[in-house]
Amino acid sequence: MTTAQTAGVPAGAHEPGPGEEVISFRNAGKIFPDGTEAVFDVSFSLRRGEFLSVVGPSGCGKSTLLRMASGLGPHTSGDVERRVENIGYVFQDATLLPWRSVRKNVELLAELEGASKADRSRLAADAVRLVGLQGFENHYPKALSGGMRMRTSVARALTMKPPLFLLDEPFGALDEITRGTLNEELMRLFVSERFAAIFITHSISEAVYLSSRVLVMSPRPGRILAEVEIPFAYPRSPELRFDPEFARLSGEVSHALRRGYE
Amino acid sequence: MSEVGGAPSAPQLEAIARGGKISSLTVRRRGQSLLGGVGPPLGAFVIFVGIAYFFSYVLLTPSRRFLMPPPHEIVKHGFFNHQHLHEQLSALWDTAQVSISGFLIALGIGLTLAIVMSQAKWIERSLYPYAVILQVTPILAIVPLIAIWFGYDFSARVVVCVLISIFPIITNSLHGLVTVDSNLHDLFTLHRASRVERLLKLQLPHAVPDIFVGLRVSAGLSVIGAIVGEFFFRQGTPGLGRLLDLYRAYLQTDLLMSALVFCCGLGIVSFWVIGFVGHQLTKNWHEE
Repeated sequence: MTTAQTAGVPAGAHEPGPGEEVISFRNAGKIFPDGTEAVFDVSFSLRRGEFLSVVGPSGCGKSTLLRMASGLGPHTSGDVERRVENIGYVFQDATLLPWRSVRKNVELLAELEGASKADRSRLAADAVRLVGLQGFENHYPKALSGGMRMRTSVARALTMKPPLFLLDEPFGALDEITRGTLNEELMRLFVSERFAAIFITHSISEAVYLSSRVLVMSPRPGRILAEVEIPFAYPRSPELRFDPEFARLSGEVSHALRRGYE
Repeated sequence: MSEVGGAPSAPQLEAIARGGKISSLTVRRRGQSLLGGVGPPLGAFVIFVGIAYFFSYVLLTPSRRFLMPPPHEIVKHGFFNHQHLHEQLSALWDTAQVSISGFLIALGIGLTLAIVMSQAKWIERSLYPYAVILQVTPILAIVPLIAIWFGYDFSARVVVCVLISIFPIITNSLHGLVTVDSNLHDLFTLHRASRVERLLKLQLPHAVPDIFVGLRVSAGLSVIGAIVGEFFFRQGTPGLGRLLDLYRAYLQTDLLMSALVFCCGLGIVSFWVIGFVGHQLTKNWHEE
């Protein structure tokens, strides 16, 4: 369990401001108890205000990387230093509590953190407004579309105003149009809240569009093949996708991905 | 901001959230299902009654007609004779008390055991085999022991109910408690939820539909337990089980059958009440 402790947060740490380091991986790796090596020698660091995407083939250990970052699935070698305790984690599925209304779902984290009833409803109302779910507060997840469930999930993660967001292919199961809309939303939230984000995705264009940096991972065991800086200024408009420079950067990521198979 | 991708409109969503379908459809479907639900069994009932009359009047000579009394005789003696009706209703009340007590005790113990087992794999592995053993042991084999421990009256009959009806509560509740999505568990872990919070806010609500599946089966079983128990434990006020035995002894087949109708009625009502409560509790959110 010694490795688990290094992923913890130093007591009394202050919350990192803009531009300050939020998390860093130093030669971190993960071998599961059954001997499977999922992640190998990964190093990177992330500052508040940076949006980092991780692309890679299926099963390359992207989700494992995110679990290492959150402390849910600690690393087995190297070092992961996380300077924040307050993390917004968004899963591939919306993972809502089906017996709770949208409002009650969004309030959940504040409730678990022991916030007062008044604080809870204020935080939830703010988050609901940020993702545009007003009017749906009393609906149950069963009655929502996939896109709205995902919005509820993002709103839930937003309530605690985390300086670090971990997003595990959050829009992977949605149709292309809803996915596009939610990318715009996420971009807008990133610009207004200025958190740090690690975003796992299969989609190169989604990664280039959203990120300030893209990490390309190899097939298992996942290593970092390339780190591509995306220098476009925020906020970005959807038209950016037709920019020649966008195409060049996407090509660079794509080439790096293909190198992993050679 | 508008939702794209063919999402339902707000009024439609509201209708769905209230548990209904879109209104015009609801009315028609409900009408159809009423006819579709009651029609076929009603038809079958008419055929059964016809077969009963065929046996009574065609196959049996008058001297042997007591073997299959004609249905109107059953109704006349069983339900319209004041004295017989009274003794059957009071027996019904006694059996209902036994079965409800047994059911509630089974619910308390069964749910508690399921919660305890859900807390750690080793507890489940330690206790579950004994639940299975309890389930496969014939109740007849435990009767002498129950008699020695609990005597021959009300409490002994309640014990039989508990033993017969507890297993489905344990298994179904346990299933519901341990099949929570692992991502939700992770979310609770990330936000430092205590064991109690995890149980009350995640596992128990998630298990409610499963718990009610178990309760529905158990409600029927506890009625069986109450009647069977009376064949062994015959002290105290008589219930339906003892009445059945009494009518058998005097070859009162018409009353035997009317008492049987009360037994069925008690079972059906128990099953229905539990189903109704379960549906009311989960209809807003549970996808059946």
